Amino acid sequence: MTNSGLLLWTEGLVALLLLAGGVLALTGAIGLLRFGDFFQRMHPPALAATLSAACVTLASIVHFSVLEQQLALYPLLINALLAITTPVTTVLLARAALSRGREAATGVPPPLAADETSSE
Amino acid sequence: MSGLLSGAIVATLGCFSLAMALAVVRLLRGPKVQDRVLALDFLYINGMLVMLVLGLRFDSGMYFVAALLIALFGFVGSAALAKFLLRGELIE
Repeated sequence: MTNSGLLLWTEGLVALLLLAGGVLALTGAIGLLRFGDFFQRMHPPALAATLSAACVTLASIVHFSVLEQQLALYPLLINALLAITTPVTTVLLARAALSRGREAATGVPPPLAADETSSE
Repeated sequence: MSGLLSGAIVATLGCFSLAMALAVVRLLRGPKVQDRVLALDFLYINGMLVMLVLGLRFDSGMYFVAALLIALFGFVGSAALAKFLLRGELIE
């Protein structure tokens, strides 16, 4: 503990980032619970997958870089993985919900005006 | 580890646990099956973030590997469930 001032500063930064990540995930969960429609409900979980995950991985990058006295960038792997996988899941789920809603003829958002005129 | 960081870690874990509990409520209540799949997706992402925070708490790199595995297998599960909802079969 030679440079305790620097350590205190980085610990404050890590604590702030972690708290931001936790509050953002909680916001996403509240949105997931409270929104009324499935297509509205698809939006809040993206908060946890993008900004909250970015905050937590940034906190662990700062923490392990200070702890091991060298740049530890490996938590960025989580971000890269989430950036690849989350859109795939979201698009598949939205398509499934659309096709199931069309089969049941309920719960589908109304078609766009231009779409309606072009189909007639 | 100072009291500031351990307190923040405990508060963050509390936030994530509360978020997971709310997602479980949506999972049990969800009027349609796609709501349940969405809640499961949110749940595994939160579990992965909890693993990352636990890695900070115990200063261990093993939790990072666990988080990576949860991210990979969670994606496989969610994609398979969504594909199943879309077509009714997994492998065409």
